[in-house]
Amino acid sequence: MNLLGLAWRSLLNRRFAVVLTVCTIALSIGLLVLVEQLRSEVRQGFYRSVSGVDLIVGSRTAPVQLLLYSVFGIGDATNDISWETYTQLKALPEVDWAIPMALGDSHRGYRVLGIDRSFFDHYRFGDSETLEFEAGEEFADLFDVVIGAQVARQLGYDLGDQIVLAHGSGNVSLQGHDEHPFTITGILAPTGTPVDQQLYVSLQAHRAIHIGWERGVQMPGSAIDPDVARARADELRPDAVTAIFLGLTARAAVFGLQRRVNEYRAEALSGIMPGITLQQLWRITGLAEQVLRVVAWLVVVTGLLGMLTVLLATLGERRREMAILRANGARPWQISGLLVFEAGLIAAAGIAGGVVLAIVVQLTAAPWLLTHFGLHVGLSWPAAWQLGVLGLIFIAGLGVGVIPAAMAYRRTLADGMQVRT
Amino acid sequence: MFGPSGSGKSTLLALVGGLIRPQSGKIRFRGQELTGLGGAARDRFRAEHLGVIFQQFNLLPWLDLIGNVMLPCRFSSARAARAGDVKQASEQLLAAMGLAPELWHRRADSISVGQQQRVAAARALIGRPALILADEPTSALDHDRRLDFLELLFSQVEAANSALLFVSHDRELAERFDRAVDLTDLNEAQSRI
Repeated sequence: MNLLGLAWRSLLNRRFAVVLTVCTIALSIGLLVLVEQLRSEVRQGFYRSVSGVDLIVGSRTAPVQLLLYSVFGIGDATNDISWETYTQLKALPEVDWAIPMALGDSHRGYRVLGIDRSFFDHYRFGDSETLEFEAGEEFADLFDVVIGAQVARQLGYDLGDQIVLAHGSGNVSLQGHDEHPFTITGILAPTGTPVDQQLYVSLQAHRAIHIGWERGVQMPGSAIDPDVARARADELRPDAVTAIFLGLTARAAVFGLQRRVNEYRAEALSGIMPGITLQQLWRITGLAEQVLRVVAWLVVVTGLLGMLTVLLATLGERRREMAILRANGARPWQISGLLVFEAGLIAAAGIAGGVVLAIVVQLTAAPWLLTHFGLHVGLSWPAAWQLGVLGLIFIAGLGVGVIPAAMAYRRTLADGMQVRT
Repeated sequence: MFGPSGSGKSTLLALVGGLIRPQSGKIRFRGQELTGLGGAARDRFRAEHLGVIFQQFNLLPWLDLIGNVMLPCRFSSARAARAGDVKQASEQLLAAMGLAPELWHRRADSISVGQQQRVAAARALIGRPALILADEPTSALDHDRRLDFLELLFSQVEAANSALLFVSHDRELAERFDRAVDLTDLNEAQSRI
């Protein structure tokens, strides 16, 4: 056993206080790492969800609002866009594909989107990935529905199950589309985006179930008979859609098209580029993030001060230990070294514990974020710069150890060989 | 060496131990001028040539007896070399000081004060240092144990061929030493000069 062995035994002897100190530091480091990790992971998750869409068009509104309701199901649209506008946009030469969507229905808290079939072919997420079916296929019949992976998992649905949609987006809806049950024909593979949290019906079906709802509530006896609707499916099309996802043939055309959309005469439209709008969103949330960061840093400082307190408090009771070591030939620097070593060990254990804590919390929070926000928060190691920051905190921990070490150094010199208690 | 409290016994021990420097005068130890040495050299000197026994609280409470006895050999390789097999030497000293083997791996704070003082003596003796400094090592012991302790200490000091500088205020013990000095006399002599 060498000098470090002695330090270790001494630490073990004070394990209660030491473990508490390590916990304090671990909590503070965990908070710091978590704030950074979640921040970047959440951003990553948002970017994943919109990576393949060049332009989102909706009725005139704030860009962030349009992005949030069209992609993430947060908030509601204030107005619709006419079908004519959709067809005109779709016909533009620079538009490769256009996915119109009609919002407004839900099923047990999950959004139901009326969409064009092109959605399954053109929608892109993450690293240009396309949608895949985990089971089944896209709709064949008018009253078929395709559901997201998370919807299937949470509600325990399988192919062939019949479900009824509710009017409105609330979790509890008194008015349902009871006359038009839908059959699940497809379940999408998980994407880690809001796609997993949604159900998809055709625009025709969306139109069909809303016949008779023109005043916001259903007129008694006005519902269309399902079989009649099926027969007339080709004529059915909505008068309006809520938003349109556009994919362009050349990305460079997006700026020109955006301007034209925003200056569109026939109706007031907003065209947004998802990436840029996310930047705007980050600017809004940036302040809160900064506050969180500052708090996390303050907590780290608190943790280190806590360690200093414990080291200083034990210094008094360890005076005897130091005098014994000194009388038996320990040099003052060795005694100071013991304290610095101790501080380093506590800091290192705290930092390691904090990283583990952050990972555990991430693992725990990930399903919740996925369920509630459709955000895929991946598990990730701290980035290189974060490891650098942790290294600096470790050095700060050693620095904190220097204070009691210097005091011990002076004291061992002054105490000489007497054992004071 | 006797002397009432405040007569400077502890200061003298610290001087001899090389922990503090005298404001004037010289300390010579085995032909070596201590006062001329730097801090690090005095540290090395102490680790190599001195064994120390305090009045009480000699041992690291969280270490076992063997670990406590081996302590000086951690800080001085010269002393470890003189001890040979450090563990074996520690066991021999503990046995010689009358401590049964079943105690050797117990924590130092789990044994009696008398036993602790004997462990401290074994530690001071390991690696046969030239000088043992004992600062009232018997004052925490009752009368009979005091004599037993002295007997054991004397025999082991003799076996190690070390010198013993023993500080006490108990004049009864004086006759058992080769030489006894009263610090009060020394102080008076100094003030007359």
